[in-house]
Amino acid sequence: MTDMLQVEGLNVAFPSRDGPVRVVRDVSFTLGRERLGIVGESGSGKSQTGRAILGLTPPSGRVTAERLEFEGIDLRGAPASTWRSLRGRRMSMVMQDPKFSLNPVMTIGRQIVEAYRRRGTTTRADARAKTIDMLEAVQIRDPERVFAAYPHELSGGMGQRAMIAMMLIAEPDLLIADEPTSALDVTVQLDVLRILDDLVRSRGMGLIFISHDLRLVSSFCDRVLVMYAGRVVEEIAAKDLHAAKHPYTQGLLNCLPRIEGGQRPLKTLTRDAAWLE
Amino acid sequence: MSALVEIRDLAVTFGHGANEVRAVRGVSLDVAVGESFGIVGESGSGKSTVLRAICGLAPVASGEIRIEGETLKKPRKRAFYREVQMVFQDPYASLHPRHTVDKVLSEPLAIHGFDDAEARIERALNDVGLGKGFRFRFPHQLSGGQRQRVAIARALILEPRILLLDEPTSALDASIQAEVLNLLDALRAERGLTYLLVSHDLAVVAHMCERLLVMQHGEVVEELSREALQNRAAQAEYTKDLLIASEGFKGI
Amino acid sequence: MSEVSTREWLLSDQPSSRRQAKLGQAYRTWSQLRRNKLAMVGLGIVVVLILMAIFANLVAPFDPLRGGDLRTERLLPPSWINLMGTDDQARDIFSRIVHGSRLTLMVVAMVAIIATPIGLAVGTTAGYFGGWVDTVLMRITDIFLAFPRLILALAFVAALGPGIENAIIAIAITSWPPYARLARAETMTIRDTDYIAAIRLQGARSPRIIWGHVVPLCMSSVIVRVTLDMAGIILTAAGLGFLGLGAQPPQPEWGAMIASGRRFLIDFWWVATMPGIAIFVVSLGFNLLGDGLRDVLDPKGEK
Repeated sequence: MTDMLQVEGLNVAFPSRDGPVRVVRDVSFTLGRERLGIVGESGSGKSQTGRAILGLTPPSGRVTAERLEFEGIDLRGAPASTWRSLRGRRMSMVMQDPKFSLNPVMTIGRQIVEAYRRRGTTTRADARAKTIDMLEAVQIRDPERVFAAYPHELSGGMGQRAMIAMMLIAEPDLLIADEPTSALDVTVQLDVLRILDDLVRSRGMGLIFISHDLRLVSSFCDRVLVMYAGRVVEEIAAKDLHAAKHPYTQGLLNCLPRIEGGQRPLKTLTRDAAWLE
Repeated sequence: MSALVEIRDLAVTFGHGANEVRAVRGVSLDVAVGESFGIVGESGSGKSTVLRAICGLAPVASGEIRIEGETLKKPRKRAFYREVQMVFQDPYASLHPRHTVDKVLSEPLAIHGFDDAEARIERALNDVGLGKGFRFRFPHQLSGGQRQRVAIARALILEPRILLLDEPTSALDASIQAEVLNLLDALRAERGLTYLLVSHDLAVVAHMCERLLVMQHGEVVEELSREALQNRAAQAEYTKDLLIASEGFKGI
Repeated sequence: MSEVSTREWLLSDQPSSRRQAKLGQAYRTWSQLRRNKLAMVGLGIVVVLILMAIFANLVAPFDPLRGGDLRTERLLPPSWINLMGTDDQARDIFSRIVHGSRLTLMVVAMVAIIATPIGLAVGTTAGYFGGWVDTVLMRITDIFLAFPRLILALAFVAALGPGIENAIIAIAITSWPPYARLARAETMTIRDTDYIAAIRLQGARSPRIIWGHVVPLCMSSVIVRVTLDMAGIILTAAGLGFLGLGAQPPQPEWGAMIASGRRFLIDFWWVATMPGIAIFVVSLGFNLLGDGLRDVLDPKGEK
């Protein structure tokens, strides 16, 4: 397996009144054509890690890395033209809430067609046919209706599927999904995961799945990075998760209530200052 | 067993004419004294609307809500609020951004004319595991979990018997959720409170509640006991789907 | 308490009293405002205006109402004795401007004191209750808004008789509708939040909710708006003065001073120009301050 993405010593810092705050600290990992999960609680730096890879860190933030390469292209300080040729075509991002990522005054169809035509020259009719195909591929039953619909006319699950369709129409090699299912109902959540899973398998796409839900990630991904306070505390194969070594990973697993019942009161996490070192 | 909260054929309708949305249709339930009762459903199932209808925050189209056998009338009497209190889902939206914790907790005491406000506020903060140091903070100086503790303290300061919990932990991190659920559990045991808890998370409801109602599209799908849920002995298709979905993604 | 520890006390994450929490909040707002240079310039101008008004008797070298020798001291150009020259009654213009600041400040303060509460009360009540209350209150507001401000003020003054008090009433009556609209819009977004639902569930009645919970949140944007409107209020007052409907001679009102200097504008430019500059500087000061306050106080910028 060749690694398409190599990250070494990634740091992201934001200025504040009391000096820079390091929200991502010395994160290193590689990604092949697989499903990698990044798990952590709020403020763990998981989203900022994803954003830094796509060069979407807010302007006030400072990104440094010893190595940040995508298919041999050095992304550190890459010029805008490099980003333009990569983003949307070879690497894409799906955000948590489709409401904020889709243009509210354009129909879904037009947005996807535009995303497709940005790739290269193609006729309008061709792009339209391809878009309808894509909407079908993300299991939208009535693609013609969705094509002509505005984002606010769609339910959350539909919107998220349309969003994924838009991100995938360019057939990227790498997809970063930041909590793609958190705003969705559990039953819809599985449909979306199935689509992503299918794409990884059939197209050999690399997927970084960022989530706060350790159980969901462990059931979906091949490998899991557990982040705490900007640092990767444990990297573990999803199937070995029950044997996690780091107390934070164990704590995250044990603090969830189970349908089967069990411990009462629930175990709580005691945070250890040593984890920060 | 006498029911403390009784709901009969509750219907809630928003809007008029073409924009009419029937958010809740024919829901009935009974909650006994000291019981913890759960309502599970996905977004748009009307589960939160049931709680809001009890408080008078949603327009009841038909049906009856009784507390201790007494039918609630609109507007609610002042005594009702000393009996029933609510904790909201989003701790970032349920605290007034310009009020200190002290102000948040003293307001209900002032409304109901308590005179030992000082002692009550300190005790309420202690009860929810926040020390004196939190009393004069503003919401923006608190974390999500701390805010939810303040919201719980606010609900408990009038010493109600019934607590309505609307997704009290869904906006919190998993480890904080455990702390808040433990706190709610302990408070119920200590004070004999009656809970009506709404959640989309089957595991949370299974942990907290003895009985639960599954709702979909504003209607009751089925009523289950905790044991039935734990044994996955659901009758309705929809509940079975929810149970499968709660296991996460098992792949093909 | 030393300098450093006072600051720490103010910025403490764990205030130990109501007073400390309030002061800490105020200090944070202040230190944010202090970073805005232009706002500090605006604040400086406003402070100078206030000081000038308070100590007018000490600052002004001459009597503002009684002039000097009409034969030798009329219409003198600016000099070291008469910093801004003298007018056609041989009065020192600088002294008149200093004393005029009292009138300007009074107009501004009285309008703010009268118009802000009316606007807040009407707007929050309409926004909170909605329905027919909203319709009735906002249509009344619309009626006031439909008149051009200066014309309505003119009509009032014409009806009540010219004079500075009537000018203030006229300006106040015409300036509250925008605050009512602003407060209403804010209230409508606040009304449906969980924290208002929560206080309703504690059994609070509407006046308590509006006064204790809604008004404090509308207050900051209304304050910003009032500060930004100050320039307009000063100009309206000056305009009424210019038309002879505001302050009556010999009161040293800036607008009236311009009006009387107009006759000699070509030959003795300073008579009309000096009060003009005063109006300009003070309006600018309020605008800069209002802009800075908006950056700090406007809840939309907050997290």
